[in-house]
Amino acid sequence: MAQDPNNIKDHVELFHQPEYQELFERKQQCEGMAPAEEVSKFAEWTKTWEYREKNFDRKHSVINPAKACQPLGAILAAVGFEETLPFVQGSQGCVAYFRTHFSRHFKEPFNAASSSMTEDAAVFGGMKNLIDGLANSYTLYKPKMIAVSTTCMAEVIGDDLSAFIGNAKNEGAIPEDFPVPFAHTPSFVGSHITGYDNMMKGILSYLTKDQKKESTNGKINFIPGFETYSGNLREMKHLVNAMGVDATILADNEHNLDSANTGEYKMYHGGTPLAAAADSINAEATFALQTYTTSKTRQYIEKEWGQKTAAFRPWGIKATDEFLMALSEATGNPIPAELELERGRAVDAMTDSQAWVHGKKAAIYGDPDLVMGMLQFMLELGIEPVHVLVTNSTKEFEAEAKALLEASPYGQQATVWGGKDLWHLRSLLFTEPVDFLIGNSYGKYLWRDTGTPLIRIGYPLFDRHHLHRYSTIGYNGAINLLNWIVNSVLDELDRNTIVPSKTDISYDLIR
Amino acid sequence: MSTVEDRKQLIKEVLDAYPEKARKKRAKHLGVYEEGKSDCGVKSNKKSLPGVMTARGCAYAGAKGVVWGPIKDMIHISHGPVGCGYYSWSGRRNYYIGTTGVDTFGTMQFTSDFQERDIVFGGDKKLKVIIDELDELFPLNNGFTINSECPIGLIGDDIEAVARQKSKDIGKTVVPVRCEGFRGVSQSLGHHIANDTIRDWVFKPEDEKESTFDSTPYDVAIIGDYNIGGDAWSSRILLEEIGLRVVAQWSGDGTLEEMKLTPNVKLNLIHCYRSMNYISRYMEEKYGIPWLEYNFFGPTKIAESLRAIAAKFDETIQQKAEEVIAKYEPTAKAILDKYTPRLQGKKVMMMVGGLRPRHVVPAFKDLGMEIVATGYEFAHGDDYKRTTDYVKDSTVIYDDVTGYEFEKFAETLEPDLVAAGIKEKYVFQKMGLPFRQMHSWDYSGPYHGYDGFAIFARDMDLALNSPTWDLIKTPWKK
Repeated sequence: MAQDPNNIKDHVELFHQPEYQELFERKQQCEGMAPAEEVSKFAEWTKTWEYREKNFDRKHSVINPAKACQPLGAILAAVGFEETLPFVQGSQGCVAYFRTHFSRHFKEPFNAASSSMTEDAAVFGGMKNLIDGLANSYTLYKPKMIAVSTTCMAEVIGDDLSAFIGNAKNEGAIPEDFPVPFAHTPSFVGSHITGYDNMMKGILSYLTKDQKKESTNGKINFIPGFETYSGNLREMKHLVNAMGVDATILADNEHNLDSANTGEYKMYHGGTPLAAAADSINAEATFALQTYTTSKTRQYIEKEWGQKTAAFRPWGIKATDEFLMALSEATGNPIPAELELERGRAVDAMTDSQAWVHGKKAAIYGDPDLVMGMLQFMLELGIEPVHVLVTNSTKEFEAEAKALLEASPYGQQATVWGGKDLWHLRSLLFTEPVDFLIGNSYGKYLWRDTGTPLIRIGYPLFDRHHLHRYSTIGYNGAINLLNWIVNSVLDELDRNTIVPSKTDISYDLIR
Repeated sequence: MSTVEDRKQLIKEVLDAYPEKARKKRAKHLGVYEEGKSDCGVKSNKKSLPGVMTARGCAYAGAKGVVWGPIKDMIHISHGPVGCGYYSWSGRRNYYIGTTGVDTFGTMQFTSDFQERDIVFGGDKKLKVIIDELDELFPLNNGFTINSECPIGLIGDDIEAVARQKSKDIGKTVVPVRCEGFRGVSQSLGHHIANDTIRDWVFKPEDEKESTFDSTPYDVAIIGDYNIGGDAWSSRILLEEIGLRVVAQWSGDGTLEEMKLTPNVKLNLIHCYRSMNYISRYMEEKYGIPWLEYNFFGPTKIAESLRAIAAKFDETIQQKAEEVIAKYEPTAKAILDKYTPRLQGKKVMMMVGGLRPRHVVPAFKDLGMEIVATGYEFAHGDDYKRTTDYVKDSTVIYDDVTGYEFEKFAETLEPDLVAAGIKEKYVFQKMGLPFRQMHSWDYSGPYHGYDGFAIFARDMDLALNSPTWDLIKTPWKK
């Protein structure tokens, strides 16, 4: 076959043409691979309980983990502040990877600089790189703030960021009063959510230094957490505005990660004004919308600012209710009719769809807060979580998840798998199948191998477009989650009933 | 604005934004090609400046991500903290045939997930356990590579000793790859390191060639094709059609056995010279295998390359090459007839890794498009020399272009299409400029060979002529 100019076949079809199928057969002759029968035999073996036990016996190997490393979270925290350039101290490959990862998820530019450390920095330390790097970033990209985080390289050699940044200012590389907050974010401790927390704490402690006033500013601070749904930033603002809360968002990366195409490229969009962030120390309280991505920051705020903090997770109906009631209590403002209407619509949608999802068995993996949020919502719908897997787990998360599941009749079948990876999940799905799987794009390999339909909720979302522009929190978020879940179930039902004269008895028009 | 002098002035203006020290250094990496010169006149393969937003990656990306990662029947362990393996997991679209997780492992992420205690006490013991565990869970694997991340080299682990011991224990090839990210100035050193590990840990000096192999006079290997979107396959099909036998693909859809058999071939065919010239030169010295660079982008270069390859063999091959060129010519012409009128005269700016900034130029030219600026992330001097065959007078050349420079050059040069990577894509699209990713083929491909060229032409057209670009301007704003 030569290509037909009117019907050009790309990789999706091209390689299924006979000439390529023959090519693949010829290629096998020199490959030195196991024969097909042996491959099928071992493929079957990986589906067994015996294999599952071996797989769970692993002590040190990690296969397909659902977690990234600290600096990724750090730079996501940084881009929420007004005209802030994230800057990562270490070798440059890290930043290339982070920018790539975020650009693939958000389908947006993601700016961050590296100090490009090489062998000489490994020997002599990274001070020179940091000083030159700050000078170059400051001059070229004209940020209002540079937020420095670290990589494993800088941490292993023990770079002293505080001293280096001081020296950069002494040498005149950047002005004395130019804000350069920093955080140590070693990749061998915690995960991306730890890095988010560390950087947020670093930025806030820097900006609020000596800003404490006698009286409060009457505001409430909101920390979104490692938030990869730009729709959630919008939804949070919507809820907070509707409640009449005078809010400071720490930090607001919505516009940087979901900017308009105007034909003109701008490096910085929106973000929390540095003055507002500095004044956050004088707020009435700080509310976080995620728990495990903000624990150090909240601890710091309580201890150092003497400010009340609370963590909410407004996923699903009840948790959104709680969030709004807390806002109402904090402000004295009633919950407006507008939000009651939204609540009513979301509940209405859930009652409309419940029959299709009630009693469905689910597996879920992701970051601790996302998994908790989804569990809350699934249990409200009557979905029965079976496998609950979190690679970057903590004891606190496991206790919280278990308590939630035990308290619900729909949570009785669930096991919480902390610190496990997606290769463990593969064994779980083969040996104890479920109706669907909730996870990020990497879940597609589990879908392919185990036939468990994947509903994409999480981070990263590389292979579907625009899901991250929607919200998952609040009543509106509940409708989005419901939409994704119930329509995936219905799509799967159609897929399973689509063979004419065989299965299409149940290929119903009305569902 | 097209003369050499105007463009030199543009470079000067762009450089003005830098602090003095950085300006001096960056000035050496920016230039304008002048017709007749044997070099592009830019420095290359030097350290990136801190803080300028380079697009470059690291040695690990070059070794694990590019060279070793696509070898499908081996387990590639990212040794160190979790991030490097996570970010490079399934990122490059190196297509392969196999049952993933059983006999092939290309789209999996194996990591030793270093914790603080591993940094303190070292990771060698852990690594041994990992290899045993993985060998038990994946018995059809044909070997391992251990790809060092930054901390490994800093804490003084001995992965070579682990590799030797485990290779003996499990009876399989285990390759230690010292590709810590801080080594060298870009991915490029990672390619070199990976090439050297093939020489030292795959080719066995004592065995010479594999003697049991049934050779033919027409055996070749494809070197430096990572089968992105299936590129190696749409290349291989042409080589097979002209009567050659392709013994190995390095490394897209490749296997360990294919690499081991390569010392038996008669000719090594190199597509990506930058990342695999090292092992080709070694095979030339050690086994006397000549190598030939070829270019399968666009019908002009494909025909030229097929003839050059055939010229290394006998008349039957040469005859077949002519037949193959003749066979594909009507389709190539039909593609050009369809797309050239839609693309003619369009200006392109490119920035890719170490090969494509020159190699893809003829495919654009075939479609009537013009390259106004091009440059590499991690090329060396020999690449820039080779580039002179591809570019015309007054082409702007940038080496390791920074985010700032790229944006400024585009503002003045006003290209119709920008062709670079994912980190650049949305910057230029926000400027209203059509863009194609030239690393991943923007999730399309293949682009190599005649079949690939049709897709390339289609994709450039859909990028440039999408009606969405016309929507950007708000009608009520003047």
